[in-house]
Amino acid sequence: MTTIPLDSLNAGEQGHITGLAGAPDVRRRLMEMGLTPGTLLRVVRFAPLGDPIDIEVRGYHLSLRKHDARQIMLLRQ
Amino acid sequence: MSICAADPSVSGGQRIFTIAVMGNPNCGKTTLFNALTGLRHKVGNYPGVTVEKREGAVSGEPSLRLLDLPGTYSLSARSPDEQIARDVLLGCLEDTPRPDGVLIVIDATNLERNLYLASQVLELGLPAVIACNMMDLLREAGHELDIRELSQRLQAPVIPTIGHRGVGIDKLKAALRDLCTAQRSVNRPRQWSLHEELEKEVRHVAAAMTASGFASPEGANGAALLFLSERELPANDHLPSLVSHSLSEAQERLRVHPELDVSLEVTAGRYAWLGELVDACLKRSERNLHGATDKLDRIFTHKVWGLVCFAAMMGLLFYSIFVLARPLMGLIETGVEGLQQFTARHLAAGPLRDLLTDGVIAGVGNVIVFFPQICILFLFIALLEDTGYMARAAFLMERIMSRVGLPGKSFIPLLSSHACAIPGIMATRVIENPKDRLATILVAPLMSCSARLPVYTVLIAACLPGNPWTKATVLLSMYGLGLITALTMATVFKKTILRGPTPAFIMELPPYRVPRLSAVLFVMWDRSKVFLTRAGTIILAITILLWAATHYPQNAQRAAHYEAQREAVLASGAADAESRLEAIAREEAADQLQHSYAGRLGRLIEPVIRPLGYDWRIGIGLVASFAAREAFVSTMGVVYGVGEADEATPSLHKRLREAQWPDGRPLFTPLVAVGLMVFYVLACQCVSTIAVVRRETNSWRWPAFQLAYMTGLAYMGALLVYQVGSALGIGS
Ligand SMILES: Nc1nc2c(ncn2[C@@H]2O[C@H](COP(=O)(O)OP(=O)(O)OP(=O)(O)O)[C@@H](O)[C@H]2O)c(=O)[nH]1
Ligand SMILES: [Mg+2]
Repeated sequence: MTTIPLDSLNAGEQGHITGLAGAPDVRRRLMEMGLTPGTLLRVVRFAPLGDPIDIEVRGYHLSLRKHDARQIMLLRQ
Repeated sequence: MSICAADPSVSGGQRIFTIAVMGNPNCGKTTLFNALTGLRHKVGNYPGVTVEKREGAVSGEPSLRLLDLPGTYSLSARSPDEQIARDVLLGCLEDTPRPDGVLIVIDATNLERNLYLASQVLELGLPAVIACNMMDLLREAGHELDIRELSQRLQAPVIPTIGHRGVGIDKLKAALRDLCTAQRSVNRPRQWSLHEELEKEVRHVAAAMTASGFASPEGANGAALLFLSERELPANDHLPSLVSHSLSEAQERLRVHPELDVSLEVTAGRYAWLGELVDACLKRSERNLHGATDKLDRIFTHKVWGLVCFAAMMGLLFYSIFVLARPLMGLIETGVEGLQQFTARHLAAGPLRDLLTDGVIAGVGNVIVFFPQICILFLFIALLEDTGYMARAAFLMERIMSRVGLPGKSFIPLLSSHACAIPGIMATRVIENPKDRLATILVAPLMSCSARLPVYTVLIAACLPGNPWTKATVLLSMYGLGLITALTMATVFKKTILRGPTPAFIMELPPYRVPRLSAVLFVMWDRSKVFLTRAGTIILAITILLWAATHYPQNAQRAAHYEAQREAVLASGAADAESRLEAIAREEAADQLQHSYAGRLGRLIEPVIRPLGYDWRIGIGLVASFAAREAFVSTMGVVYGVGEADEATPSLHKRLREAQWPDGRPLFTPLVAVGLMVFYVLACQCVSTIAVVRRETNSWRWPAFQLAYMTGLAYMGALLVYQVGSALGIGS
């Protein structure tokens, strides 16, 4: 099984977070918002112009730019 | 009512307890705050930033004061709002003493993330009460929450509430009352553990914090963990040197453990513990908590319908501002005129009457005529915020706005600025990144606001040839010019003076909620009021100043000259005496203006504006417009002696067309008119805007810069139009 970055998931697909990279404070904030390794995450939709992404995590919706989503690695489910 | 031990914050023999209200954004803090205080509170600002500070006494409990803090997801701050919340809690903020207790509000429908912050706060050892809000939504979905279990595990009282219906408020009050009889700090040991090395350093720093009195023995461990895992600390001069020493030593020692990922340790560790805790307290049903939101989002963020709905909503906003507000604005205009006539009739002629009617009433009237538009705009914004649509608007616009380096949240403030830059600038408070916010503030006044409309209309009607379609095209081009310049300047600023890393875009899409009219109207009034008071006072001062500049110095000889003319007319008893008297009055006003300080200033700047094709009389109009743009129309009326002028006065149009240079060339050629409009598009001619920018940026630097760059742009733009046009022989 290989991990893939969040932005390469399609709308409706989900996966478990395996790790986060990127700028320390962004990474920190993402984890504080509940995106910690092991958490299940679902891509709900992409904005009409393709960016940002609407994801569902721990029962709420969060939107992220693809650029930042690329730093989140997942194991597709 | 509880009277506790003597303390510095004693008023009238009674100890005042300050309780901070903390919680995630949108969890219902303000709703609970309002329910507890009965809406009696005062709103202010924290020093140095424009985060609203809301304070109020609990109704029936005058010794309990609540302090509503901005919503935050964590105690490690990212935006100015969050920083305020954290610094207040830690007692690191000047003018705001450390609270005696906390009311932590959590959203029952989103326990894990809400408890993340709650547990961070609880570990600081302050006496605390937890309000578990939105219980109605939880029950509707058939979920069951074991409040007693939750309370036990969190080691703090938990009160279930339904904020907007006032359910649980009495119990909450009782719990808050108990807070101030309890001890100063509460020992709630952290129930999850960290990596051994980190745990050791936390103990070191905690010891230093206790020894120096920075934290209570009960809260030191929590505070130490917070500071150790924090990259941006609160202003360091608030930390005792013992603490800052031990902190930097500990961080130094942690650096030799590269395998130790502190951020991961503190977040994942806490969430793992919370995951278990929530599983133990919450019995979930099959039903989705946010079913309605998911359905609505399928439309509002749909690839096609989402954009259609957005465009329709913005269209409605524009329509309400420009069409629905009209009758109200007309009403205010009539009222102002009536008041003017009243004072004119009932006061003896003289400087006082002139000052009141032409200065104070006219000047303030000029401003409050925009009040209906401001109210409608704030009503709309409050509705968008309260329903949860605002976040979707930012979601939809993010991509487009990022092309010019601005966040999606800039869209609504910029759009609002088409009505008036003041509410637009105030609406930028939702933008977290200070540089993004500043860039938005700096370009917002470039949008053609409704005060420019009279200027455009008068110039187009009076000076431009052609059919209505050409005229409409010119008008639209002015709006386009403002928009394009604003976006260009935003790009320029974001690439130069406001350069910085693009902040990550991490925005919650909150569930949709049915807006509550009372709350929305309250917010609308709260914000609109600021426009009336703040901008009103400054506008008042400036209009009086401007009035004086156009009416002084007075000259006894000149007055006598016109008085003699008037007497001659009256003595002659001619049939057309009235119209001749009016003509004399107009001539006198124009003569007075020419010799006034403003007139002198107009002549003084004539060499500067000559290359734009303007004479000193237009110069007076420009000078007067720096108070408020609409002043151009009334000033032109005075300069060209048409008496009372508004944009529909045919005689003003005629006078403008007939105006000449001393050598007989026409003054208001189509080219000059277009150049003048370009000047008005680009110039920052509005004292209220300057006052608001000064307030929102908390410095004179930015409004001064804004004034300078916009005036520069305006001058260059008008110069370009006139010189290129003249060289090509267009429109002369
Ligand atoms: N269904 C339901 N809605 C609630 C409850 N309490 C508050 N609300 C609604 O939730 C929305 C947000 O409430 P606010 O009080 O503005 O939340 P806040 O925490 O002050 O938000 P920020 O200041 O943005 O951090 C409003 O529309 C309230 O009417 C509740 O118990 N149940
Ligand atoms: Mg609030």
